[in-house]
Amino acid sequence: MKFAGNGRQATNDVSMENLISRYRNVTILVAVLFAQVLGLAVQVKRTTEQESTRLIRIWAVDAVTPLERGIVWCQSSAGNLWHGYLYLRGVRQENRDLKAEIQQLRLQQVRLSEDAGQARRIQALLGFKEQFISQTVAAQVIGSSGSEQSRSVYIDKGAKDGIKPDMAVITADGVVGKVLRVFGPTSQVLLIDDQTSGVGAILEQSRLQGILRGTAGGQVMLEKVMSDEAVQPGEKVLTSGGDQIFPKGLPVGTVSKVSPGSQLFLKIAVKPSADLGKLEEVLVITQQELRESEPAEPGRARAADILAQRLPSVPDQPAPGTSPAASAESKPAQNQGAVASNASGAAKPASIPPAATKNITGTPKTAATQIARPEEAQKPESTAGAANSSGVGPASPAAANKPQPANPRSADAPPAEDKPQ
Amino acid sequence: MPITYTSQEQVEVYRFSIPAAVLISLTAVFLQAFIPLRFHFFSIFDLPLLAVIFFAVTRRSQVAGLLTGAAIGLLQDSLTHQPIGLYGIAKTAVGFGASSLGVKLDVENAGSRFLVTLVFYVMHEVIYFAVARGMVGLTLLWSWPHELGSAFANAILAVFLFALLDKFKQRT
Repeated sequence: MKFAGNGRQATNDVSMENLISRYRNVTILVAVLFAQVLGLAVQVKRTTEQESTRLIRIWAVDAVTPLERGIVWCQSSAGNLWHGYLYLRGVRQENRDLKAEIQQLRLQQVRLSEDAGQARRIQALLGFKEQFISQTVAAQVIGSSGSEQSRSVYIDKGAKDGIKPDMAVITADGVVGKVLRVFGPTSQVLLIDDQTSGVGAILEQSRLQGILRGTAGGQVMLEKVMSDEAVQPGEKVLTSGGDQIFPKGLPVGTVSKVSPGSQLFLKIAVKPSADLGKLEEVLVITQQELRESEPAEPGRARAADILAQRLPSVPDQPAPGTSPAASAESKPAQNQGAVASNASGAAKPASIPPAATKNITGTPKTAATQIARPEEAQKPESTAGAANSSGVGPASPAAANKPQPANPRSADAPPAEDKPQ
Repeated sequence: MPITYTSQEQVEVYRFSIPAAVLISLTAVFLQAFIPLRFHFFSIFDLPLLAVIFFAVTRRSQVAGLLTGAAIGLLQDSLTHQPIGLYGIAKTAVGFGASSLGVKLDVENAGSRFLVTLVFYVMHEVIYFAVARGMVGLTLLWSWPHELGSAFANAILAVFLFALLDKFKQRT
């Protein structure tokens, strides 16, 4: 019996061995698949997924990105050599065009800075806190995830350069995405068209707020905008700042299509401002400040203020017993200067009728054609706390020492009028 | 002797040197991550998958095929921001299947390589889609025209790529 039992057991062992050897490959397949499914389940279950697989990701990134970095470096070096030293055709013409464009932009800047200054003053009065971009790091895009389902790119700046997760990544055109993972010399950036991304956004005209999300197909959609709101294609989309990642007011894209969506919300397709398919260089916002808006610095003089000081007939004090209105009618040139002074915060707000203020500030060219007095331009203290609304931009204090008017719009004035009186 | 639909010469098993195998795999993953940045249309190709299929059908070893698939898939997963294992599972299954088929079929000529790649590309996408949707909860769009178009493009590329990679084969 004993021998018979041993024989049966030996037979079973042999058949088991045969079975295992016969299905060895399938067994290994099942084991490998099971291990991966288990690992996947653990990652999905854990909220700190990044930590559990961090080592594997570091190895993979270290294996692939050095080559990418090298190729990008060679490519950019060759490009710089070619465009900087060899292929210079049309550079002179381009230089001339750019100079002309700079002139135009300077004029535009003057007007915009006036608006910005006014907004800052109002915000300061309201105690409004604003996010400011105070530090950025330029980075080069060296690689992608290589998957259509994962819309992310790698940049050549990492923890060594002060990059941290959740920092905003932008280009000159608009928002690109946010830093997802940081490695030593590289970082992974999640693009705004990925389905797991989200950006707080606001429509520029209608001021409606929503959440910008990517879709599985790579589109960018603005969600959570009620269906009874009117949104037009072509309207610009900006960051709202509500996500605490992107500073408020950065361009995100343009509304390309609006259609009724499911439930209560509109289906708004947005075309990103930045070309996410051809990213080369980006900026990582490494530091943002939340501070109250401050009005223009007291020590700085504005062009219009300086101009106003140079006006020949601005009375320091209205003559006693003289009505301001009568004074305004009889001496328009004086009033022009007085209004400019008043607008600059010099004094005498009651002496100037509002109509005169509007008239003069609306026509700064008239003021600019007044004859300048350089000796008065040496008094910067009278321009302290400038609160000008004459449509003229800020100028450096050095401008106050120059006899010519600093107002760019005064370029229309005849040169003879610049002569000191 | 295995029952095959090929001649004895055609079922000959090849091997690759370790540096060649590692370099080909790494290059495939690298190119897949690098080229779409410059040429966006390239993202329809899946070079790591083509490498898995090539190694599997050439070596004709199921274990080697599935392990190569798992390694390349996990490497590809590591570069994405998704959980690691999505490509790993899909490419493990493809590596096993392609090597099993490589034993039975003549995979040395262009026609069979085209068909094998076409079939296994679709199989890869189906497995990826199922796992990503079923386990990870990703929202993916399945479009037959897109998948078949990609499969066709990958199959054409595979014919030329496999001919190039044949130069690295070593007879056992």
